[in-house]
Amino acid sequence: MTDTLLKTPLHALHVELGGKMVPFAGYDMPVQYPLGIMGEHNQTREKAGLFDVSHMGQARYEGDEAALEALITADLSTLNSGEQKYTLLLNEKGGIRDDLMVSRPWGEHLFLVVNAATKDNDFAHIEAATAGKGKLVRLDDRALLALQGPAAKDVMARLCPAACEMIFMQCGTFELGGAEVYISRSGYTGEDGFEISIPADKADAIARLILAEDEVEAIGLGARDSLRLEAGLCLYGHDMDENRTPVEASLIWALARTRRDRGDFPGAAVIAQQIEDKTCQKRVGLKLTGAPAREGAEIADKDGNIIGTVTSGGFGPTVSGPVAMGYIDRDFLEPGTEVDVLVRGKARPATITKLPFVPANFYRG
Amino acid sequence: MTTRYTEDHEWITVDGDIATVGITAYAAGQLGDVVFVELPEVGKTLSKGDEFAVVESVKAASEVYAPVDGEITAINDALEGEPATVNEDATGAGWFVKIKLSDASQLDGLMDEAAYNAHTA
Repeated sequence: MTDTLLKTPLHALHVELGGKMVPFAGYDMPVQYPLGIMGEHNQTREKAGLFDVSHMGQARYEGDEAALEALITADLSTLNSGEQKYTLLLNEKGGIRDDLMVSRPWGEHLFLVVNAATKDNDFAHIEAATAGKGKLVRLDDRALLALQGPAAKDVMARLCPAACEMIFMQCGTFELGGAEVYISRSGYTGEDGFEISIPADKADAIARLILAEDEVEAIGLGARDSLRLEAGLCLYGHDMDENRTPVEASLIWALARTRRDRGDFPGAAVIAQQIEDKTCQKRVGLKLTGAPAREGAEIADKDGNIIGTVTSGGFGPTVSGPVAMGYIDRDFLEPGTEVDVLVRGKARPATITKLPFVPANFYRG
Repeated sequence: MTTRYTEDHEWITVDGDIATVGITAYAAGQLGDVVFVELPEVGKTLSKGDEFAVVESVKAASEVYAPVDGEITAINDALEGEPATVNEDATGAGWFVKIKLSDASQLDGLMDEAAYNAHTA
């Protein structure tokens, strides 16, 4: 079965490091290393962790930017060279096809990073919708590493000092370990850190270079999930999908003000109506006591009426307790509201909690 | 006292007609850091193969199955506050429940230590 799975350029390194390999989005990926999910989570919060996210989709977009902008929620006219934005690819009903990063690390053209499970669909959709106006070039020959944690900057200061001059959501092209790399100061953990796009044939050497630094350990997908959950960040296909709009997903902030005023993105009418009506369910955070709630667990009010569903949940090592995200009816959005989550039929008390669960530690200069 | 093992990685140690049940160190190692253990009520009757407890690690929930028929006579309340005991001492302080056996002959169908070690090798 593993021979039908794709491998990232770091596959041999994961195996060498003792990674427990599991199938994820069609790739054979490390869910954890011998340090374990809890240890890897704490390592990233306290020092630094290196993640292989080469399974994600990287692409360059050249040409008519209005054609690409029409598909997403960002205002590309305000995306300057050296900047990155988080944005959403929407369908005609305003549902979320994917969430992605769009940036200008090269001065001209755009760099896109999309989710692994959706990359083929995303790129086909962008190519079809921009045909004759723009060109999408898949960068399948590049690996992607994320170096995350409070010590990430100390490591980067030794390996690529120029990258430390960036603040959160800036990006650029640098030399690292003899390779041309694109680095952004961003990530998926709530910590300061960097995402580094590397030519595939240099990825193994650069990963080893970073792992040789005292502060750094390799981190698997298990801790990546617990870190992003505590940071209140959505996992595509779980906390949002084609049937949820940015309003429901509590991601209106990713909808540029100018785009919202112009109403020129897919599903704009649906989204404008939802903003006005204030009746749709919304994504919230939940802190639980006792058992962790997993995806699919129902949320009930104190009278037992079902008012929502958990979309991702687990144990938060930094919170030191179970945390979850889910969609819930409008009357229950206020932080502090007491509800129940039904875990294996048992009502477990939960409190609606403002996201993120752990304060963000981004470097804003 | 005799200890037997199931294919699903439960251990059962019998003293008279009372059996103590938990999950093996191998299983605890595979699950990783245990963060919560859901245990049944004392007095509940179980049939062999019934799901009677759930172990939650950081990532996932895993069911624990009854190795034999019987009635729960005690549960390890200490796991509520210290679930990590399952990782630290799976076959000792990390026990889950005590069961009063209904049919001691069911033990004969379970693995001994040598067979279990071969099963997990």
